[in-house]
Amino acid sequence: MEAARKRLSSKPLGKGFRFLELATFVLFIFFMFPFALVVLNSAKTSREIIFNAIAWPADWGQLLANVSLIFNNSTVDYLGAFVDSTVITALSLLVIVLFSSMAAWILVRNRTAWSTALFMAFVAAMVIPFQVLMYPLVRWMRVMGDIAGIRLLGTIPGIAFAYLGFGAPLSIFVFHGFIKNIPYELEEAATIDGCSRPRIFFEIVFPLLKPIIVTVLILNGIWIWNDYLLPLLVLGSNGVVQTIPIAVTAFAGAYLKQWDLILTSTLIAIIPVVLLYLFAQRYIIKGMLEGSIK
Amino acid sequence: MRKNSLVNLLFLAPCVFAFMMIIMIPFLLGLYYSMTDWNGVSLNVNFVGLKNFETLFSAPDFVYSFLATMAFTLINVVLVNVVSFGLSLIVTSKIRFRNFYRAGFFVPYLIGGIVLGYIWQFILNSILVDLGEAWSIEFLKSSFLSRAGGVIWAMSAVNTWQYAGYIMLIYIAAIQSIPASLMEAAVVDGAGYVTRVFKILVPMMANAFTISLFLTLTTSFKQFDMNFTLTNGGPATRFLDQPVKASQLLAMNIFNTATANRMAEAQAKAVVLFISLVVVALIQVSINKKKEVEM
Repeated sequence: MEAARKRLSSKPLGKGFRFLELATFVLFIFFMFPFALVVLNSAKTSREIIFNAIAWPADWGQLLANVSLIFNNSTVDYLGAFVDSTVITALSLLVIVLFSSMAAWILVRNRTAWSTALFMAFVAAMVIPFQVLMYPLVRWMRVMGDIAGIRLLGTIPGIAFAYLGFGAPLSIFVFHGFIKNIPYELEEAATIDGCSRPRIFFEIVFPLLKPIIVTVLILNGIWIWNDYLLPLLVLGSNGVVQTIPIAVTAFAGAYLKQWDLILTSTLIAIIPVVLLYLFAQRYIIKGMLEGSIK
Repeated sequence: MRKNSLVNLLFLAPCVFAFMMIIMIPFLLGLYYSMTDWNGVSLNVNFVGLKNFETLFSAPDFVYSFLATMAFTLINVVLVNVVSFGLSLIVTSKIRFRNFYRAGFFVPYLIGGIVLGYIWQFILNSILVDLGEAWSIEFLKSSFLSRAGGVIWAMSAVNTWQYAGYIMLIYIAAIQSIPASLMEAAVVDGAGYVTRVFKILVPMMANAFTISLFLTLTTSFKQFDMNFTLTNGGPATRFLDQPVKASQLLAMNIFNTATANRMAEAQAKAVVLFISLVVVALIQVSINKKKEVEM
């Protein structure tokens, strides 16, 4: 790559430039190759994979057969995990976006020693590794649930509440950086017109946050959808509520080295995310680019 | 004024409450439990001081995990940032299909560590070995995941594949925020491409390096998901005359300790992870900030 970079001239169509285009293409193929292998081998039987993992599948109909094996499996409720993952991600994102933006707005517009300290606490908490609090958290959630008389462990509201706690620091930080740059005059004018503060937030500020909401949704969405340890601890590996990553590990555990099933289950986990990405690619990249400048 | 503070309170309450309940209290409990004989079952928890920490650094499996995590982090920070910076230069050049490539390089980041761990386990254990057999390449005939000396590198390669596209976006954002006139002026002055990259681009985006290095450092340090499904700690090797798991990083060491119901010990290990992460991250950020000022 160093050589390619050196040869790259400022003229758009130099010889080095052609080389760079070729090198990038090769790199791109390398990046995509694992996905191709998953698709190819999801359309084979276990025996075919052992015999030749690189070969073109003999019969693409096997893909549908594998998919139906996954969805009709008796030990792992894959479809249920899929639905639960979707609901958990959607609900968590909703509360994270709503409550973090509200909190960030207050923290930006009320500069007191208290609000600064609170903001610093949120930022500092981002370095706390999950490992140091995950086991006490499970115990504490049981205690909290007993006190409040609701079940937090093993339930969707419980895990969504946990995601609000873990997602809030970064989201508040990102919203904070964005709201700082919104001119205060807008809100002042509305105050003079007699607009209440909640209305100012929901009718004036919140709509302005649209671009950064996209960023927050993507950052948290990718994390929550793929998260493993928190659901494992809060929901349990064979609880009523399951998520996709737990289902995939359950599959791999139950069908050791049966790559036809394991790979098909990973393919099903990947497809919705990649499809969503293909449709919203422009907004996602834009949102991520805007979110990273601060 | 009084009405205002009520609104303030109501708007802050959900996040502050969740933050207290989910992060702060469990975190403080975690610090406390590391100094007790907590076993996860009994409600009776006794304070034992620093006893759990004393034995940690004489246990070969923990020392090994600690060193392996350091090595993994170092390799990752270098590999991820070199690759992602290279990618960001490519997709901000005048190359054809640059937006297509940019979108493509980001795709692996969408796939979680659990899922991609299985995918790469298949590639490294089956595909590469098959290729080695088919083409009689000795080097490939045994899986990288079964070599004690190669497994950390294999994990870093997989991690780079996953993470480079994300860090690339941070570098792209930084490159795009540099005024085009600056680069044009350098071209007029006869600065070559390499000069422009290292004398203008890199110093101008020092802040992006601080962020990217911090992100790769902290995520590598806490790596669990991919470690769990790609290698599950294996293969076995020896360290200080004791059998240890060659790719068992700290987070997995903690997980396995807790799974064996040695909760207080796991908690002590987690506190060591926390403290070393903070120390290493502080060193990194302060070095980077100093560089930012110099540049």
